[in-house]
Amino acid sequence: MRFVDEYRDAEKARALSAKIAGLCEPGRQYKFMEVCGGHTHTIYKHGLEDYLPESVTLVHGPGCPVCVIPMGRVDDAIALAEQPDVIMTSFGDMMRVPGGRGSFFDSKAAGTDIRMVYSPLDALKVARQNPDKHVVFMAIGFETTAPSTAMTVLRAEAEGIENFSIFCNHVTIIPAIKAILDSPDLRLDGFIGPGHVSTVIGCRPYEFIASEHGKPLVTAGFEPLDILQSVYMLLVQLAEGRSEVENQYGRVVPWDGNQVALKAVGEVMELRPYFEWRGLGFISHSALRMREKFASFDAERHFDLPGVRVADPKACQCGEVLKGVLKPWECKVFGTACTPETPIGTCMVSSEGACAAYYNFGRFSRERVRQASRPEPVTIETGARRE
Amino acid sequence: MTEQRQANWAEEAVREHAEDVHDHELAQYPSGVEHPSREQQVLDRIEKARARKPKVKEERITLAHGAGGKATQSLVEAIFLDSFRNPLLEPLEDAAIVTANGTSLAFTTDSYVVSPLFFPGGDIGDLAVNGTVNDLAVSGAKPMHLSAGFILEEGFPVADLRRIVASMAAAAAAAGVTIVTGDTKVVQRGKADGCYINTAGVGVREPGCELGVATARPGDAVLVSGPVGEHGMTIMLARGELDIEAELESDTASMHELVAGLMKADVGVRAMRDATRGGVATILNEVAQAAGVAVVVNEDDVPVRAEVRGACELLGIDPLYVACEGRLVTIVDGAHTEEALAALRSHPLGAEAAVIGRIADDPPGLVLLNTGFGGTRIVDLLVGDPLPRIC
Repeated sequence: MRFVDEYRDAEKARALSAKIAGLCEPGRQYKFMEVCGGHTHTIYKHGLEDYLPESVTLVHGPGCPVCVIPMGRVDDAIALAEQPDVIMTSFGDMMRVPGGRGSFFDSKAAGTDIRMVYSPLDALKVARQNPDKHVVFMAIGFETTAPSTAMTVLRAEAEGIENFSIFCNHVTIIPAIKAILDSPDLRLDGFIGPGHVSTVIGCRPYEFIASEHGKPLVTAGFEPLDILQSVYMLLVQLAEGRSEVENQYGRVVPWDGNQVALKAVGEVMELRPYFEWRGLGFISHSALRMREKFASFDAERHFDLPGVRVADPKACQCGEVLKGVLKPWECKVFGTACTPETPIGTCMVSSEGACAAYYNFGRFSRERVRQASRPEPVTIETGARRE
Repeated sequence: MTEQRQANWAEEAVREHAEDVHDHELAQYPSGVEHPSREQQVLDRIEKARARKPKVKEERITLAHGAGGKATQSLVEAIFLDSFRNPLLEPLEDAAIVTANGTSLAFTTDSYVVSPLFFPGGDIGDLAVNGTVNDLAVSGAKPMHLSAGFILEEGFPVADLRRIVASMAAAAAAAGVTIVTGDTKVVQRGKADGCYINTAGVGVREPGCELGVATARPGDAVLVSGPVGEHGMTIMLARGELDIEAELESDTASMHELVAGLMKADVGVRAMRDATRGGVATILNEVAQAAGVAVVVNEDDVPVRAEVRGACELLGIDPLYVACEGRLVTIVDGAHTEEALAALRSHPLGAEAAVIGRIADDPPGLVLLNTGFGGTRIVDLLVGDPLPRIC
């Protein structure tokens, strides 16, 4: 399949893997953080770590939109769904995220009308089809998804749709990266920069990471070869003593971002003074809310929300996992009290969460499997290959 | 947000698993004894927790309970099996094997609630016959007779019902079965979604037929009878919510002849399964767990049509989890791999059959995938609906 297979070529991966190994200084340990949950998913789904030498560790960062939603916000969303004549809409990933009193799935089973949509425009369609109901879209995500929410609000305004509002939970990536850089317990050698976020914000906002903090950053695509190549580019920078922002994902990411998208977001939304992140606590200027001008599309102004903070369970170490201090399996409740069926922490909910990715794809000992998985290839003609 | 409270359910879950909470210290091992790594100790503890009796903690049924993944498994084991427990039910195979007057019979039932009722390549009628026929066939039985129960919603067009029933009649004729008993219920408008069908079926087994996923052993080969995921993806696209178009048709078909051909070839068949809800991945997990073996699959050898693969890529779904309605997954003696493949390919439904992997001994209970990219990962049971990713 074009545009996919060429980025999953095992031959090229082996060649890159050898070059990566060649760049590693003997005795030195390298720790790179992939900021984006999409990268975490790719790494586990394709078994990419098999190509890295033991001295290179990938640390999974906070860039999973679902994983950073605090429980109090889920409770607020459920309180919204419980209002009379409200239809709540959100992305599928939100459905199983637990709040203090359960998830959307539980609330739906108890009788609320919560619907999964694939885009905010679909939520607007639901509003058009149900003029006697009020439709709320629970907006989540980084700069990647904020433009589509903003465009939807502009569309709703242009069409004069009055029974539609946004429960805005959009967050911004830079303050989260700052929080990680300020974390004393973490020593990173560089960053694999978020690809999709960068299609909107470009690569410039990362320059302080390279110049002020001295950490190289390579904005990377989402296919496994993209990530492997980014690791290689980071190692080249380190070997040459450079610390720069580089763009591996040039086929999609413009250096200056997407100005049209940024303008739409700026028109509809503004920075919040502060916002709570799951596991990371309150971070200043780290999230977006609706501007006063669009108050009529703001669910937080439309409805009275409980706004009660829910303490993260003590045993849950999502914060440490999100900051990359702990590997998923090092969390005390990983895989026992906290599983994808009954997630305590949000890192276990979304397929982009580091814990879920490890549990679903990586829950085996690589040492043991190396012996088990590839002794003799199946030699006979196996017929219908992928096209 | 000064007010703050606790998430009680989470604190309870932690208390319940108190004994499993990972100690950050290594367990004490006598010196000279090789002790497992900390990661391995955590993995072992997780396996222990997974092996525990499943519980249904939810207060209400959610859609995840019907999705064929872990939630469904918990519901079946903790509620149905717990109350109905008997040796015939316990294997939880596609059909129960019962004996009447010395004849070994396979007996099965299935309900059909597909939406939309009509889709490219078939309708709920074909599905209701083929699904039950296939459950009998993969149990090693010759399908004989079916029942058909209809739950119809007030206002449902009779023309649609005629169309569905005509499909059932045609599918039954093609499968060589007769529909010999039935039932009809009509519920008020809004209390059902058009038309639901339940079918049950019986078939006769050859004497001495021993099949079951628990009999898989290291060295066996894993085969599928054709490209996977076509039915599930056709339905997802036919719902029209995704605005994706592809030339795809459901693979719904009755596999009784394909299965009979394979059995006749005498190739050391250990087990056969009809890859429906939960897809090929779910079946392979059942094999790994029931037999206590590792199932090692080569991603590049799994046949997937380009249209299915493309749609899966867009939606962030793994084709291994997408439902089929006319695809066989079979485990055969590794010494007879080529004959088994030839037997499958000699039937039109198996023309694109492939060997997708083999059974190994370690690590037991896991399905390992050698990815096309050249890495290794596991393939677990799905938790609930395959939810599309957002970015």
